[in-house]
Amino acid sequence: MTIEIESRRSVTDEAGRGVDELVVNIGPSHPSTHGVCRVIAHLDGEVVVKAEPVIGYLHRGIEKMAENRTYLQVVPLTDRLDYVGSMYANWAYCRAVERLADIRVPERAEYIRVIVCELQRIASHMMGVGASGADTGAFTAFVYAFDIRERIVELFELLCGARLTYNYVRPGGVSADLPDGWIEACRAVVRAAPARLRELDDLFFGNYIAAGRMRGIGVLSAEDAVAWGATGPVARGSGVPFDLRKDDPYSVYPRLDFDVPVGESGDAFDRGRVKLFESIESCRIIEQALDQIEAGPVKASGLPRLIRPRPGDAYDHIESARGSLGVYLVSDGSPRPYRMKVRSPAFCNLQLLGRLAVGHTVSDLVVILGSLDPVFGEVDR
Amino acid sequence: MSDLSAIPVPVPADAGSSLEVLREALCSVHPDLCPLFSIEFADSVLMVSRAQLHATAAKLKELGFERFGFVTAVDFGDDFELVYRLQSTRFGVGMSLKTEVPRDEPAIETITDLWPAANWHEREVYDLMGIEFIGHPDLRRILLPDDWVGHPLRKDYHDDDVIPRPDYI
Amino acid sequence: MTSTLIGLLFGLLAGLAIALAALFGVWWERKVSGRIQLRFGPQQAGPAGLFQTLADTVKLVLKEDVTPAAADRTIFKWAPLLVFTPVALSLLAVPFATGFAPLDTGVGMLLFLAVPSVSVLGVLLGGWASANTYGTLGGMRGAAQMVSYEVPRTLSVLSLVVVAGSMRPTIVMGAWRWWWLPLFAAGFLIYLISSIAEMNRGPFDLPEAESELVAGYFADYTGIRWAIFMMSEYGAMLAASTFGAAVFLGGTNGLPGALGVIVLLLKAVAITTVVIWVKWTFPRFRQDQLMAFAWKVLTPLALLQLLVAGIVAIWL
Repeated sequence: MTIEIESRRSVTDEAGRGVDELVVNIGPSHPSTHGVCRVIAHLDGEVVVKAEPVIGYLHRGIEKMAENRTYLQVVPLTDRLDYVGSMYANWAYCRAVERLADIRVPERAEYIRVIVCELQRIASHMMGVGASGADTGAFTAFVYAFDIRERIVELFELLCGARLTYNYVRPGGVSADLPDGWIEACRAVVRAAPARLRELDDLFFGNYIAAGRMRGIGVLSAEDAVAWGATGPVARGSGVPFDLRKDDPYSVYPRLDFDVPVGESGDAFDRGRVKLFESIESCRIIEQALDQIEAGPVKASGLPRLIRPRPGDAYDHIESARGSLGVYLVSDGSPRPYRMKVRSPAFCNLQLLGRLAVGHTVSDLVVILGSLDPVFGEVDR
Repeated sequence: MSDLSAIPVPVPADAGSSLEVLREALCSVHPDLCPLFSIEFADSVLMVSRAQLHATAAKLKELGFERFGFVTAVDFGDDFELVYRLQSTRFGVGMSLKTEVPRDEPAIETITDLWPAANWHEREVYDLMGIEFIGHPDLRRILLPDDWVGHPLRKDYHDDDVIPRPDYI
Repeated sequence: MTSTLIGLLFGLLAGLAIALAALFGVWWERKVSGRIQLRFGPQQAGPAGLFQTLADTVKLVLKEDVTPAAADRTIFKWAPLLVFTPVALSLLAVPFATGFAPLDTGVGMLLFLAVPSVSVLGVLLGGWASANTYGTLGGMRGAAQMVSYEVPRTLSVLSLVVVAGSMRPTIVMGAWRWWWLPLFAAGFLIYLISSIAEMNRGPFDLPEAESELVAGYFADYTGIRWAIFMMSEYGAMLAASTFGAAVFLGGTNGLPGALGVIVLLLKAVAITTVVIWVKWTFPRFRQDQLMAFAWKVLTPLALLQLLVAGIVAIWL
């Protein structure tokens, strides 16, 4: 949480008048729940003239590590990419492996994957909205969001034993079938969630002060969103209705009926509300999937212990809570990937911070960073 | 407070036919690119030469690939294969645009003028693979510290701290 | 000689009162905020967690006393006391029982409003002593905020003085009638909001919450020094709540002795609960929004309230 004033520079503005610019370093560790992100902000008085995020503090070389592990051993590595959304990080990787090795996933496994991914989406959005609350000082909104997230994390603990990094979705299916009573427990959570989500919406987004802090802050135009490769709630908050579940459908999503919430103004407020309403839609998806799921195997039959795909490369992506999360795999016929590349939506969205923060104050900078909702495991890999 | 607007987007029938639609469109508008196009692993791939890359990327952007996914590089020993991933809302598919760059001269023109989104991706490829992007507005290391020596994702990267995993399988 | 001794005694009592207020205030805040957030708050230390604050105070006393190397030592040491002392003094002007205030002067209302303004100096100096440019800026912002919110607060209390016809707090409390509630509803709200802003609390805590990102004006204070800042905040809360209950809500309602004190304190606790409730529900204002709120919303309303009060006073 260290602030170092690095220098006071004298620059001249367009009219040739001297302007004292304060360079402030907002250190890599801060009490906000966003993770290790360093922002070097150039301030003219209170106003940000340039903000540059410096990343790489959580770079662990996951892509390099993947080259030395078998396809199954890479799955726990993907857990730690977007650690707030391990389920869908696993799933994006497994889809790429299945495309490469031509594995057909049984239908029950697909339904389970959709259910856990949507639950994970709600949990991840609650982290995002809660963090926005904590940034602006609404600690109660933070705790309410985390209460909803806690119900979901408890479900995951019943399912696979872990609360944060699950290693559950595997190439070919999922690691184990749903335990007895899990479907009823899930149904109970998903029935209660929409009311609580709307209450959270009222408590936080319906508040005059929160609206003042977030409306008109960090406005991203629709053209910029497309040009800068923004996906997920960041793009949808600006009115770009791009959602991979609808635009490039995969798994059993074509059989499920849901809407995609889209914002209008592209400010931090709309991005936050898109997340909240997406969570309500996810509840709908989960209920339908729970109705449609049938008995069957949860792992592809005849899957070898060591997956050896034929040489070549494949890319597959899913709609994660942050945007389109994709994995590109190159195989040389051996049981280990030759190259793994993770297309992380948080990395792409974070580029926008410099553009969005210009003209706002430092307090707004934190709100904008929160609305972009980066998870640094994914950004830095 | 009212619900936000929900815009349902029409879902294409199945991936196979979308790829065929794309092939038709590409071959009719740019017949010179037709032989370079292939469908592998149920995905579209276009392999071009280094000199042609920027022009091809511009053509694809006009054709309907308005969305930039990522750019990455794969170390194949003699050369690096650069893979650009593009997404089209119009066709509902993505495409991998590939090119090769020789190892002794790893440089290529930047495409940040077509898609500003490529900025950080190119920096990352420069950082981890050592490929220079000519014309990039701000080419410097992004994930590793500025004083790092070497490019870790290369296959011949050596670091005293890296312990190679024993090959017991 | 005796007056000096009595003065010392009252000073000691005021300090003790603030310590007790802080003990109770922190416990109550943690319980109320816990319940608002669907949890219980302190439970282990003592019955219903009552001794939690005591335990925390013991911990704070045992902490190492650190002064930043580049800081101005003298100012660093005295800044917390400069915030604490005016609050303690203002407590002396509050009418605690019917016809009794520890320092019942003819200008008691003014005393209560004006003396805590000196705390602003403490905030400024605390930020200055941090030897940190952004800390100083945070201190200046805090000072600007506190000074701005004095205006609506003073105006709203002034409207009471106009109707009561006196500046002696015990007389104002005694002059309370039931129709003062609707008449001064706006004034009471203004007083409450301004008091919260004065304490750098609740939705108005940007100067100290900015310390989450940026070193705020008391981030460099550890242990007991920080505890003194906190005690002054809770002491100010006690003072503002009790004073507000006394003059706006009827205070002891004419009840004699201890009974009156209990009634007054119950009302003060109710106001404190509302203040806590507000803090834990709302996000915080940004600095410019905060200042705009003081000058463009609260001050005109307070002036209007004063006008209404003046008309009523003439009519009476």
